[in-house]
Amino acid sequence: MSGQTTGPGEDATLLEVRDLRVEFRTRDGVAQAVNGVSYRVAAGQTLAVLGESGSGKSVTAQAVMGILDSPPGFVTGGEVVFQGRDLLKLGKDERRKVRGAKMAMIFQDALSSLNPVLSVGAQLGEMFRVHEGTSRKEARERAVELMERVGIPAARQRVGDYPHQFSGGMRQRIMIAMALALAPDLIIADEPTTALDVTVQAQVMDLLAELQREYHMGLILITHDLGVVADVADTIAVMYAGRIVETAPVHHLYKAPAHPYTRGLLESIPRLDHKGQELYAIKGLPPNPAAIPPGCPFHPRCPLARDVCRTDPPPLYDVGPGRTSACHFWKETLDGAR
Amino acid sequence: MAHADGPQAVQDPQRPQPGQAALGEPILEIRDLVKHYPLTQGVLFKKQVGAVKAVDGVSFDLRKGETLGIVGESGCGKSTLAKMLVGLERPTSGQIRYQGQDIATLSGRAMKSVRRNIQMVFQDPYTSLNPRMTVGDIVGEPYEIHPEVAPKGDRRKRVQELLDVVGLNPEYINRYPHQFSGGQRQRIGIARGLALRPEIIVADEPVSALDVSVQAQVVNLLEGLQDEFDLSYVFIAHDLSVVRHISDRVAVMYLGRLAEIGTDEQIYDHPTHPYTQALLSAVPVPDPEAREHRERILLAGDVPSPADPPSGCRFRTRCWKAQPLCAEVVPPLEVPAEFQDTESPARHASACHFAEERHVVPSD
Ligand SMILES: Nc1ncnc2c1ncn2[C@@H]1O[C@H](COP(=O)(O)OP(=O)(O)O)[C@@H](O)[C@H]1O
Ligand SMILES: Nc1ncnc2c1ncn2[C@@H]1O[C@H](COP(=O)(O)OP(=O)(O)O)[C@@H](O)[C@H]1O
Ligand code: SF4
Ligand code: SF4
Ligand SMILES: [Mg+2]
Ligand SMILES: [Mg+2]
Repeated sequence: MSGQTTGPGEDATLLEVRDLRVEFRTRDGVAQAVNGVSYRVAAGQTLAVLGESGSGKSVTAQAVMGILDSPPGFVTGGEVVFQGRDLLKLGKDERRKVRGAKMAMIFQDALSSLNPVLSVGAQLGEMFRVHEGTSRKEARERAVELMERVGIPAARQRVGDYPHQFSGGMRQRIMIAMALALAPDLIIADEPTTALDVTVQAQVMDLLAELQREYHMGLILITHDLGVVADVADTIAVMYAGRIVETAPVHHLYKAPAHPYTRGLLESIPRLDHKGQELYAIKGLPPNPAAIPPGCPFHPRCPLARDVCRTDPPPLYDVGPGRTSACHFWKETLDGAR
Repeated sequence: MAHADGPQAVQDPQRPQPGQAALGEPILEIRDLVKHYPLTQGVLFKKQVGAVKAVDGVSFDLRKGETLGIVGESGCGKSTLAKMLVGLERPTSGQIRYQGQDIATLSGRAMKSVRRNIQMVFQDPYTSLNPRMTVGDIVGEPYEIHPEVAPKGDRRKRVQELLDVVGLNPEYINRYPHQFSGGQRQRIGIARGLALRPEIIVADEPVSALDVSVQAQVVNLLEGLQDEFDLSYVFIAHDLSVVRHISDRVAVMYLGRLAEIGTDEQIYDHPTHPYTQALLSAVPVPDPEAREHRERILLAGDVPSPADPPSGCRFRTRCWKAQPLCAEVVPPLEVPAEFQDTESPARHASACHFAEERHVVPSD
């Protein structure tokens, strides 16, 4: 997992997160939301971060972007190396310059992330005026171009419309346009299609993939949807209780998961192509981040747990080319042990 | 005719086994059901300027012991339909026949006693439970309306039994909803839906807000309860994989009407309506091998407003096969002529003038 060495033909690492830790200090106590997350993305590649709600996907992304809600959130350790620099060591102003121009974020809920009292044209134009000092007139022109690029019909007529005047799918396109405005090298999309219907989701994911190819951007796609991941990801990082429990190239992960949690997730989803028998259900619930179980945090729910799991936290083992698993019994799991 | 005041209707000894759903006799017959919400203008003198045609002529049967899935994108009228089935909304017109009697127009006592047998489980376990009521009060509340089902002294015990049935610790009876996780809250909602021992449960997106691992637990619970209590389900969801898993038959809804209805195999493996085909083709499947050889039908544009739906076929503004006929004649929901004399699984009701089979779901 470590190092930035790249083989021939492989894209250079764009972002490498190492052992990132984030905690929330609230009146109710300290919640360890992110407990040593490491992942990397290369230019032109899509990394999917998969996990159930509360597993720390969004908080990790917020720490990478430098938009963590602080207080109560604090980065307590780790590095966020982006294009060779540790962003956590940069000052506020420098950080702000990176954000928007070099890396941008797309959120699930466009309506609450866009400004409701500014027209979409004004919001898009502002990006150019603030970051590039573009004139008002030219900024508007570029806003129209961007809206056209992301597939908004009659963009020129609609550039003065407000966010609520667009459908959910169109608003998501506008947010993609905002993220794209300054041609960033990395986009982090946090559940970008979760609120959309499937036919609209397909359109939006298509657009994202097309733009990514065109601009050769790195993409971190945060989602809980194993279907979406299978459609677009190159590699996957599975999160559980604030940790990465498995990373793998997409084809390997679906064929032979190396962590019991990943396997449980894969087996618990119903299928579209046949009716199937009773669903496999992982027992119990994900832990509260203020009370993560000792040892392997998955042990109370794991069918393979043994004594060592209750006491010793598993490290992230190298389990194959480009593959890691935080399970003491990854070999047995890969071999299909139950 | 059986009356709901008396003991539960006699159980049908021929209750269909899984896969034989077609044998069950109808327990609910829905005919031309319509719900229009008036659109008004003016503050002082409201005048009606139109109507949102949320449900606009829906007909189907629910058979005894089956699960009928209803799928469709947001705003197509699923929740409005569900609310009419359980009596939370009054239909603008049309019939809901339960045991042969039209219950759409019942009121007062007659309505109350019939409604006991048709209960609802809601979508959002976070907002559908009153935060200031204990779990015991929530699950036992239906007994306030129907005291004949459980005498007062008996209720606590009944509620505890219900909690046990849905997999919650009966000792949690005095806790409040916020002390439970999303999946547990959905179990509370299910326990409440079961309190009156209904024959029919209408579940509106009961697992949509849950994480996958918890979703599987609740789906399994619903399936187990169906066998245990001889329930018939109307199961509404937008997740097409969940619906296939749980349903014997599936109805596809678009803009207030049904586009297609059939067994899970007929709809998923042999769809004949273009909308069904587009919908199924857009579902991301958890198999990275599928992405190379998958054909996706991308629909243009947005769903039209239900206040002003297109003439003829409602899907025509987005249909790649639309012809002039589609704008003029409403396609009826029936077995298309070309399949009537075949044994093909394409032989099921589809509201399209130009229905043809097309495989869109990749399988391995
Ligand atoms: N603003 C906040 N204040 C306190 N705790 C927070 C805050 N944001 C997130 N958390 C904690 O961090 C955990 C991880 O949250 P998040 O990253 O949003 O999960 P995910 O995106 O995987 O659903 C949550 O369980 C929550 O306890
Ligand atoms: N009480 C209401 N008044 C006016 N319009 C409504 C009302 N309830 C629902 N609608 C409209 O009816 C249509 C169908 O809504 P709904 O049944 O909630 O759809 P679904 O459950 O399929 O998302 C939508 O256009 C919605 O805005
Ligand atoms: S370390 Fe033990 S408890 Fe954790 S996933 Fe592996 S087998 Fe299960
Ligand atoms: S009736 Fe016409 S517009 Fe409607 S689905 Fe069939 S071909 Fe398309
Ligand atoms: Mg999140
Ligand atoms: Mg609804």
